[in-house]
Parts: sequence; structure tokens; C-alpha cells
Amino acid sequence: MLETGLAETAFWPYALMIVGALVTYFWRALGVALSGRIDAGSPLFEWVACVAYALLAGLIARMIVLPNGPLAETASADRIAAAVIALAIFFLARRNVGLGVAAGAGALVLMTLGRSWFF
Amino acid sequence: MPNSDITGGTLGSGYASPRHAALKGLQHALGVPALVLGASYLGFGSLIHGAGLDVWHGLFSTFTGWALPGQIILVELYSLGASVLIVAAAVAMTNARLLPMTVALMPYLRAPGTPRWRYYLFAHYIAVTGWAAAMRHCPDLPEPQRLPYFAGFAVTLWSMTLVTTAVGFYLADLLPGYITLGLVFLNPIYFMLVFVADARHRARILALAFGAVCGPLLHLVSPDWGLPLTGLLAGSLAFFGDRLWSQRNA
Repeated sequence: MLETGLAETAFWPYALMIVGALVTYFWRALGVALSGRIDAGSPLFEWVACVAYALLAGLIARMIVLPNGPLAETASADRIAAAVIALAIFFLARRNVGLGVAAGAGALVLMTLGRSWFF
Repeated sequence: MPNSDITGGTLGSGYASPRHAALKGLQHALGVPALVLGASYLGFGSLIHGAGLDVWHGLFSTFTGWALPGQIILVELYSLGASVLIVAAAVAMTNARLLPMTVALMPYLRAPGTPRWRYYLFAHYIAVTGWAAAMRHCPDLPEPQRLPYFAGFAVTLWSMTLVTTAVGFYLADLLPGYITLGLVFLNPIYFMLVFVADARHRARILALAFGAVCGPLLHLVSPDWGLPLTGLLAGSLAFFGDRLWSQRNA
């Protein structure tokens, strides 16, 4: 009993990752299968594209405003300020994505460090 | 932008051959996209380390289940000792966006005479960065060059993230926590700017705006269903809003 328990522990993360990979690929494969029935110029296709863009914007906004993982330890005000800084630098630097991203992530790091020093 | 030569140099007529299109995809990926996504996966590698897993777990996850938000959720739930059902449901929910993304992208990747298995193979590489690049450029390419361009772009990104998953794992002890924070934050900020830079069609701009507002709000209402609901509600609102707008001004 103890041995099978240990074996299970060693394999456990892989088992979870295989399950994760299967459910992830499932969506992609289903998408390929369903798309064969939709004409590129049809309104249904444009609706699906709108749903995809809305989902992605929702996910990104959630990752900034209500993140899970290590970001949850940072202050919401800092993350939102950093996102605004990223947008500002992006437009000021003539729509340079690289500079905007670097500025946003750098700003969050500095603000988080600042809080740990001063508070 | 790394992709400016598509409109500048080739006037939307595409490249010399499908092979050249794949190489162009590779070349376009090897700029800001590979840098930012690579750095994000440094963060993922260090997360793997922090969860007490080993480097092969990280590589396995990036190899098989490529799509960062789902990978992060999985590692977190593993740390919390969640059951396999909980993990399956959470990853499926987080990655449900891949369904409408794939449906929306496929018409831009299809070409007559392409064996069907290729679509199913390269569908594995559909994730936000490559998707956004393909949604932008593939409509301007001749059909036989579309899938090669996407494949060149996305497989390059994927390879890069495999390398940096491992590098991030070994750097975990050297990287202070606040640097890891910055690396994890790169991802949402990058995606945000990619979509702001891309926004062209009115319906899609509306969808992005409504989605950004609804996403966090509906997440507060229901962490499980918030995201799929955001897509359906905000996406439909944008779709019908756009149609209404066109009719009024017709």
C-alpha cells in the first residue's frame, strides 16, 4: 500500500499535466472540427470572432485587476498604475510594444519594492 | 513593429513561396513576441521550482499543455493538493477561450489541398500571441502561405518557451521574488498592448472594450463562469452593437 502510494506521488504531477493537456487540446480540436462548417464571410463567423476578442480582453483585464498566482500579492493600485504607464509609454513611443511592456513590468517591480521599503 | 514589411514590402501579395512564409513567421516571432513570451515562461519555470516540482515537469507542461494561464492554474492547484477533477475543470474553464479563438482563426488558415491532419497538428500551437499575429496577417496572404506563416511563427514561440521554462527553473534561486513578479506581469501587459495595437475592425474593438469591463466584474459574480459569460455577453453585445451601428448609418 505504501509503495503504490509513493509511486502515485512521483507520477501525480504528470497525471495532472496529462489531464490538463487533454482538456486544453480538446478545445482546439473541437474548434478545428466546428470551423469546417462555418463560412469565413458569414455573420456567425464574425460573432465567434467577437466572442473570442471579448474573452481575451476579459481574461487580460482579470489578470491585471484580479490576478491569481504570485501577482495576487502585489497591490491592485500598483498593477493598475503599471498598466496605465505601459499604455502611456506605448503611445508616447509611437506604438512601440516592447518599450510599453518593459515600462509596465518595470513600474510594477519598482512600486512593489518601494512599498516593501517604506511600509 | 516587427511585421511592418508585410504591408510595406509586399503590398499584401504575400511571399515568394509557402516556405518563405514559414521563414517569415519564424523571423517575425523572433522579435518582441519571443522576448516577452520567453520572459513570461522564465516566470513559469520559477513557479515550477517554487511548487517543489522538477524541471521535467515544467518542460512536460509547456510541451503538452502550452497556454500560460492554464499552466499556472494547474501548478497552483497542484500545490494546494487539488483533486484531478478540480484540476480538469479549472484548466478547461481557463482555456475555454481556445474554442472561439480556433473557430475564428481557422478560416484564415485553410487552403484547398491541405491534408486535414495538419490543421489538427498546428491547432496545438494556437495561443494568444500567435493567434493575434495570424488574425492580423493571414487574411493578407495567399491561401497556401497562411498555415505555413502561422506554423513558423507559433512553433518558434513554443520552442522559445520550452528553453526559457528550463532556464527559469534554474534561475529561480537566483531571481529575487520581485523580479519573478515582473516576469509574470509581462504577459497580461503584453497581451493588452498587442490588442490595443491591433484594434481595427469596429466590432472587434467594441468586443475588446466590453470584454475588458465585463471580465473582472463577472469574475466577482462567479469565478468559474465569469470568463465564458464575459465572452458570450460582451461578444454578442459588440456583434449586435456593430450591426445596429451599420444599419443606422447605412
